[in-house]
Amino acid sequence: MNIYLHLAYLTASVLFIIGIKMLNKTKTARNGNLISALGMLIAILATVSQVETITYVDIFVAFLVGSAIGLFFAYKVKMTQMPEMVALFNGSGGLASFAVALSDYWLHTQQHSIELSNITVISIILSIFIGGITFTGSMVAFLKLNGRISGRAIVFKGQHFLNLILLLVTIILSILIVNFIAEPSYMILLGILSLVIGILVVIPIGGADMPVVISLLNSYSGMAACATGFVLSNNVLIIAGALVGASGIVLTEIMCKAMNRSLLSVLMGGFGQTNVTGKVEAGEIIVKEVGVEEAAQIFDSVSSLIIIPGYGMAVAQAQHAIRELYELCEKKGIEVRFAIHPVAGRMPGHMNVLLAEANIPYDKLVEMELINDDFVNTDLVFVVGANDVVNPAARNTPESPIYGMPVLNADKARTIIVAKRSMKPGYAGIENELFGADNCLMLFGDARQSITKLVSAIKEL
Amino acid sequence: MDLNIFLPLLYILVLGTFLGFELISKVPPTLHTPLMSASNAISGITIVGAILACNEMGYTNLSKWLGLAAMVLATINVVGGYAVSDRMLKMFKKK
Repeated sequence: MNIYLHLAYLTASVLFIIGIKMLNKTKTARNGNLISALGMLIAILATVSQVETITYVDIFVAFLVGSAIGLFFAYKVKMTQMPEMVALFNGSGGLASFAVALSDYWLHTQQHSIELSNITVISIILSIFIGGITFTGSMVAFLKLNGRISGRAIVFKGQHFLNLILLLVTIILSILIVNFIAEPSYMILLGILSLVIGILVVIPIGGADMPVVISLLNSYSGMAACATGFVLSNNVLIIAGALVGASGIVLTEIMCKAMNRSLLSVLMGGFGQTNVTGKVEAGEIIVKEVGVEEAAQIFDSVSSLIIIPGYGMAVAQAQHAIRELYELCEKKGIEVRFAIHPVAGRMPGHMNVLLAEANIPYDKLVEMELINDDFVNTDLVFVVGANDVVNPAARNTPESPIYGMPVLNADKARTIIVAKRSMKPGYAGIENELFGADNCLMLFGDARQSITKLVSAIKEL
Repeated sequence: MDLNIFLPLLYILVLGTFLGFELISKVPPTLHTPLMSASNAISGITIVGAILACNEMGYTNLSKWLGLAAMVLATINVVGGYAVSDRMLKMFKKK
């Protein structure tokens, strides 16, 4: 390796760091992303300039195909589908690391019969293993998120036992690989095993736990790149991989904390389906229904409003209708803010992106900790497609499966209106005490339609 | 690879991870989705490894094909990741 290549990699690493640093402010974030992209370009060009045997045509074709696919998805995807797309990209990153490690293994042991050091072999094993899990795990997450397979947790008897066995087999295989490096069947078996394990670990995890899974897979894709860096003794791969790995872990931790669950409990899966304790019988909650006209009058009479969006808003594509409601209320002099729970939606920050797309200024979106004390002094809370994150049982009912989870104190406002399709319980599979509260009114129906009707009703007043 | 090569790489890994923790904890929740897609693009750095892996003679060679496949996949990651992050970040407006 020559000095120019190293300097280029160093520059790229620094640009990645500056790029991520600039993501800490909304104002500088876009430029930060561009700076990070510039770093990537430098790393790629420097590497391309070093190649000897491969032709530029090959490289160009591969870049062209990859760029076309990448750009197609990037510009075609709807903002509501962002979690699926991130899952898909995570998966392709994992598979890329898998392929690079396997390629390197094949080149050295099968084509050139070169002895590899144990450190390199272990790095190859890790790269293939993590890459494989990232790939199939992400694919399962992708299929769950877009509904091709059930978003519910899929659990079967002996699931954890099976995973344990497979993990043991993986360890035994790894030992065999280190000792019999020239035998390719062990490595191929390991690759297949990692793909199977990837499916098995994500399948028992249900829809609303997806923010954790996606963050974790994001982290894995970084770790896989890192392991590949060790295979090739390449600094920039290790730095970039470490940054991404750390990023995914930080997000995973934030998500787990926001659900008051340990990472282990999320990974064990089956949440909301096996838990019977603390379940309120459906008949016990008596709700008060409200019509559009009456709701419009309530909106007309308040001076402060907090809107709480949830995954249901994304499903109903109600964000643009909400923007109209927001603008109308602002015009009437009502103070409008949005309260965002960290796990609202299917990935970290999902609600923020949807509302940003609908042209709602980001300074109107307030984090849970900053807005939770304000509910007491708020005239009206409008809940759109959120459920568990506003359930007061998390504060009041120690038997509830979500007890201890930080929730938005919607129930403390003077009046609450909940836009909801039906009385179906939320992800946790429990009834929401909020809906039965004296000051809570239910506005049943498709969120987008109800809100559109609500807006015209308010205008007519 | 002997320890003389491995140890500096390990230093880079550990220090890089700490730096990552510091940087990411300062990103506001509003930007978590673009952060994920941007970091996704960064993990496409595997493309560098893919180019090196491709650097092999002959199309009968499995290593070369794997490398080419990895190159396409990593390019999807890099280009798609940066493009979609840019598309999202463009939407964030203050009043």
